[in-house]
Amino acid sequence: MKKWQDNKGWLFILPVFIIVAFSAIIPLMTVVNYSIQDIFGPGQRIFVGTEWFKETLTDPRLHEALWRQLLFSGLVLLIEMPLGIAIALTMPTKKGLGSSVCLVLIALPLLIPWNVIGTIWIIFTRPDIGLMGALINNMGITFDHTASGLHAWITLMLMEVWHWTPLVILLAYAGLRSIPEAYYQAARIDGASAWAIFKYIQLPKMRGVLTIALLLRFMDSFLIYAEPFVLTGGGPGNATTFLSIYLVKIAVGQFDLGPAGAFSLIYFLIVLLFCYLFYQVLLNVGKGESS
Amino acid sequence: MKKRYLILAAYLVLIMMPIYWMLNMSLRTNADIMARLVFIPTDITFDNYITIFTDSAWYSGYINSIIYVVLNTIICLVTALPAAYAFSRYSFIGDKHVFFWLLTNRMAPAAVFLLPFFQLYSTFNLIDTHIAVALAHCLFNLPLTVWILEGFISGVPREIDETAFIDGYKFPRFFFFVFIPLIRSGIGVAAFFCFMFSWVELLFARTLTTTAAKPIAATMTRTVSSSGLDWGLLAAAGFLTIVPGALVIWFVRNYLAKGFALGRV
Amino acid sequence: MAQISLDEIAHSYLPFPKTDADFALKRIHNIWDDGGAYALLGPSGCGKTTLLNIISGLLKPSKGRVKFGETDVTDLPPEKRNIAQVFQFPVLYDTMTVFNNLAFPLKNRGFDNAYIKTRVKEIARILELETVLHKKAEGLGADAKQKISLGRGLVREDVAAILFDEPLTVIDPQLKWQLRCKLKEIHEQLKLTLIYVTHDQVEALTFADQIIVMYEGKIVQIGTPQELFEYPNHKFVGYFIGSPGMNFLPCTMENGRARVGKFHIPLDDRTAALGNRATGSLELGIRPLYLTIHVQETAGSFQVPVQSVEDQGSYRVVALVFNDQTIRARIAENDPVPGSMAWVSFPEKWIRLFENDQLLK
Repeated sequence: MKKWQDNKGWLFILPVFIIVAFSAIIPLMTVVNYSIQDIFGPGQRIFVGTEWFKETLTDPRLHEALWRQLLFSGLVLLIEMPLGIAIALTMPTKKGLGSSVCLVLIALPLLIPWNVIGTIWIIFTRPDIGLMGALINNMGITFDHTASGLHAWITLMLMEVWHWTPLVILLAYAGLRSIPEAYYQAARIDGASAWAIFKYIQLPKMRGVLTIALLLRFMDSFLIYAEPFVLTGGGPGNATTFLSIYLVKIAVGQFDLGPAGAFSLIYFLIVLLFCYLFYQVLLNVGKGESS
Repeated sequence: MKKRYLILAAYLVLIMMPIYWMLNMSLRTNADIMARLVFIPTDITFDNYITIFTDSAWYSGYINSIIYVVLNTIICLVTALPAAYAFSRYSFIGDKHVFFWLLTNRMAPAAVFLLPFFQLYSTFNLIDTHIAVALAHCLFNLPLTVWILEGFISGVPREIDETAFIDGYKFPRFFFFVFIPLIRSGIGVAAFFCFMFSWVELLFARTLTTTAAKPIAATMTRTVSSSGLDWGLLAAAGFLTIVPGALVIWFVRNYLAKGFALGRV
Repeated sequence: MAQISLDEIAHSYLPFPKTDADFALKRIHNIWDDGGAYALLGPSGCGKTTLLNIISGLLKPSKGRVKFGETDVTDLPPEKRNIAQVFQFPVLYDTMTVFNNLAFPLKNRGFDNAYIKTRVKEIARILELETVLHKKAEGLGADAKQKISLGRGLVREDVAAILFDEPLTVIDPQLKWQLRCKLKEIHEQLKLTLIYVTHDQVEALTFADQIIVMYEGKIVQIGTPQELFEYPNHKFVGYFIGSPGMNFLPCTMENGRARVGKFHIPLDDRTAALGNRATGSLELGIRPLYLTIHVQETAGSFQVPVQSVEDQGSYRVVALVFNDQTIRARIAENDPVPGSMAWVSFPEKWIRLFENDQLLK
């Protein structure tokens, strides 16, 4: 559908443009501003050019936070994508009360305020008042996410998978529902096995939604803040201090606005870069199959 | 029963466990909670819920949250509809770039905006107002709303617009009486996602408010710092935050698949 | 495999059907000979796709049995029935090459690679797909893709019937004709039973030996294209087949002639006798092709005003006002075109009488 060439389109997008620009550009300017100056106090600042950038890029704690973040995001994708697809495959296809209830239960974790999620999991894993905590301790394992870094990671991963897999499930489910019945019919006539149907029909046809799921999960897990903060506060020690938590520590905790500004910009660029790379790879995988 | 439904049932049971546990704790007193662990509570009490519904410190939190979420949804829908229409129907200078720029706003870490936002809204004396939070959430919700609506609008053939114009409809009349009914489900999906992101977001909501517009999420963290931990109350408060979400999903359940299918989450 | 017989088939999509209207197929009782080319013709919603799916096994009928030869196959799934089906849009395995697409049904049934290679090459040759065998199926045009869908059916030697569900819907008009010729070739070469569902009468008329006309879940008539054209059993068949459809004029019998308003149309003896015996509401039917138009007064013709003349390329359609009703006649390109008045005559041997919508014979 060819569009109408008409610059009055700008009038239509003006409200959106103003609001988002207001919300985005001013902070952006502020951040850039901070990143190139050293601020001692109100009204006392000197221009330091790229010094904050250099300092941030060589900060060893930043590197640690980055590695932790990459590990976290990697694990997230590794677990949530296959699990999401698998559960989507088991969901009922016919409309009815069963599938509606299923949909509500599955989507529920997505609509819980993020700090409540942290609270739910703090309680759930405590040995004294939490179901899971008690069960594990009864098996003889002392499980304490405030003391052990490993336990903190396990709890965090459980919480994260519990919270966000529904997004992958819903996307995959939508993708599956859009496959015309004729494909399954033809596959039956061809004598295809369930695995062949998955590999040659379902998976290829879900490529679009799975790309979206991958991008979104990566982005959101890379930027994650509230849930780990509520659960562990970044600890024990620095065990679960991911990039966002580290950023807030610098900006708000230490009030080092300069490094915080520089870090913010770098952070944003990293996310942008990863997303771009992911997108290109997935696009080309698609192209490669059809060339 | 088919094997796949067994797997599904197992998954559902597992993921409902933490939520059920909240419910369990919310119906017991603190003493009971600390004393023993029971799967099905025997001494049920509604005291925690009564506290929340009667103590204004608590229920105002819910009301505040609902207010700014509704505000945000309205602002987003009203401004995004014309924008989405323009992106779908018109081509104008810089249209692709602006569209892409809108999407990139979703990729910025929220933490980056904390301080600037605080200073920005302070300057306008908007701290601790519902509108401040609603506007702040627009940063993430507007691009999303525009994106979702654009997808639905593109699914309506342009011939309908052209026919209406030929039939003599003036644009506003066409837009409100002809076009909007056609994209009802798209608006529903967009409203759902607006609600979803705004209701769960914590960082801005807590930073930009102090007392008058404090959302329930912030009130809950306050409980943690008072004398001891009132687990029962906390659990009840938490459980109540889940209820609006469940209701919203139920109402849009038929459109959810369609909305996700467009891949525009 | 011999013949396909449908024994008292009826089907409803509702779990507890009560009235006739709840049934998509009301009663189908029919035998199809081996090796024939059949078209299932009818408007949307008449049940033809439902019937096709019952034959292929994708649908189990609410009532009745399906037999292939002597074997009752009603409970057998499609993959055990020696049939293949081609759908409205190309159904392919996008990630595979053309070769692998064609080989897929054989691989699933456990044939060895040498055999598979021979069969695939053979079918590719018949379908003229040899040049693209090693390309990815995804990037090809719609016509090539439909050929691949067809090929997956042909590649199995045990396939005895191929079912088509409006397969040319997404094909460009120029290529439709080529594909139809190819289908006819395959029919002649491989002697398979072909059942072709369509709502396009041109496709049905050019493709099939026998056409089964369906309407609202019932078979209305089965016959060769000629039989359907010359002796439509039901008013619907008269409308549906032919372009334009048959003309119908309500009439009464008077003195051995059909009276339409003030016009008395002569009938031959046999038709007149049939008309006299009838008791229900009578209609005179005649195809536009057989109405003769004269541009000047001729014996035995009726003078009527001309409403319009439409040029359809190789023929023209003349609309006339006959007793306040519009009837249409078809004249050839070179025939003289009438002005505001014309003389129309009804050749006796092409007049058909219908009582309560059914043909009298």
